[in-house]
Amino acid sequence: MSFLRQAWAVAAKDLRSEIRSKESINASVAFALVILLLFSFAFDPTSDQVREIAGGLLWLVFAFAGTLILNRSFARELVNDCLDALLASPVSGAQLFLGKVIANFLILLAVELACLPVFTIFYNVHWTQSIWLLFVVMLLGNWGLTVIGTLFSAMTVNLRLRELMLPMLVYPMMIPALMGAIQLSSVLVSGEPLAADNQIWFRVLVAFDVIFTLLSLALVETVLVG
Amino acid sequence: MTAVAIEDVWKYYGDYPALQKITFNVDRGTCLALLGRNGAGKTTLLRILAGLSRSSKGRITIFDQDARAESTRRQISVLGHGIGVYEELSAMENLLLFARLYSLKDPHKVAMEWLERTGLARVRDGKVREFSRGMRQRLAVARAFLHHPSLLLLDEPFTALDDRAIKVLQDLMKSALAEGGTIIMSTHQLREALELATDVALINRGRLAYRGQRTREMLEDPGWLYRHYGEA
Repeated sequence: MSFLRQAWAVAAKDLRSEIRSKESINASVAFALVILLLFSFAFDPTSDQVREIAGGLLWLVFAFAGTLILNRSFARELVNDCLDALLASPVSGAQLFLGKVIANFLILLAVELACLPVFTIFYNVHWTQSIWLLFVVMLLGNWGLTVIGTLFSAMTVNLRLRELMLPMLVYPMMIPALMGAIQLSSVLVSGEPLAADNQIWFRVLVAFDVIFTLLSLALVETVLVG
Repeated sequence: MTAVAIEDVWKYYGDYPALQKITFNVDRGTCLALLGRNGAGKTTLLRILAGLSRSSKGRITIFDQDARAESTRRQISVLGHGIGVYEELSAMENLLLFARLYSLKDPHKVAMEWLERTGLARVRDGKVREFSRGMRQRLAVARAFLHHPSLLLLDEPFTALDDRAIKVLQDLMKSALAEGGTIIMSTHQLREALELATDVALINRGRLAYRGQRTREMLEDPGWLYRHYGEA
């Protein structure tokens, strides 16, 4: 319980800071909405082709908008050397990491929820029939993106070109999670039921989340302290 | 009784040896002034002691445990160049956060007590970004002493402090020593440091050049140590 309580203390601190400063959520929401809006002009919203690519487009927007949030995750700890104060406290690297993942997950989820109505209107998709399944896919995909993104945010925090390095390093690592989320979302937003052969993508998403969560929790102490 | 044992510690940054063969002990209840020119390796050594970095070679034990052990970190406090408090949070929220991270009983009471001791009680709900430099520094001192540490690691503690914050810090350091606490501080402000110090270690280009008790000669002439053991 103490492990989760201290992780939550870190998450609550990050969420409170973000709500007050809005430094990454504003940029992330604005970026996601602009991209969705611009792409809607490139395609005919009534065509079947749009429904086929809509899932992919949605997750690419989430991935790009997500890196704006993830970039700030550990970088905000550099101000006043707060990262040193946290690392010198009894909080383990794993607790610190989990707290950051929870905060990033909730912030990115808020961005995604803000994007969904815009996506529905401009792309003429019918995800409301399978809203709960789509929500589960969003949770699983979102967790995968934030876990791997937060780990790489810790790795790149002291690099001079971290804004450039984080996307370069993290996007290739996100591919399995993005593939799963895109495949499932494409089916769900087209209004079709999930077929048996789509179940494999659920397993891919769950396996990605479990493996990278455990791996990150084990590695983060080395990443942060050396 | 030994509080900190440093055995043959080396630290490399690439091929550059920032610390070489550092070996010495610090007894409980002593205040060690860690002296040396800029780039001598004082901050590197303090960071390793604080568990913020790992040595390339050698062994460090604090209260007979590994420096990164959770039980060790509960007993130590670090006050470095940065103040280690969050700009977007209030003074109270900052202290509450660290009280929770240290699993202190009754975090509100402890935080309020330290806000009063450092003269910040009346601005408890003010955001740190609105604070003056002196107020931030006093909050940093409160954050560092909040959990009643047995070992204080202070990196240039008096640099950029205003008079009030220096007085608060000196009083807290004296009371920590009186209660059997141990202090290791790196500093360039020799006179202030030597007044408090019971022991002195001088690091010169990553090597330990002198380790001993603070003497009357050092107090009367703070430059004496550098002239005799420092870089030529």
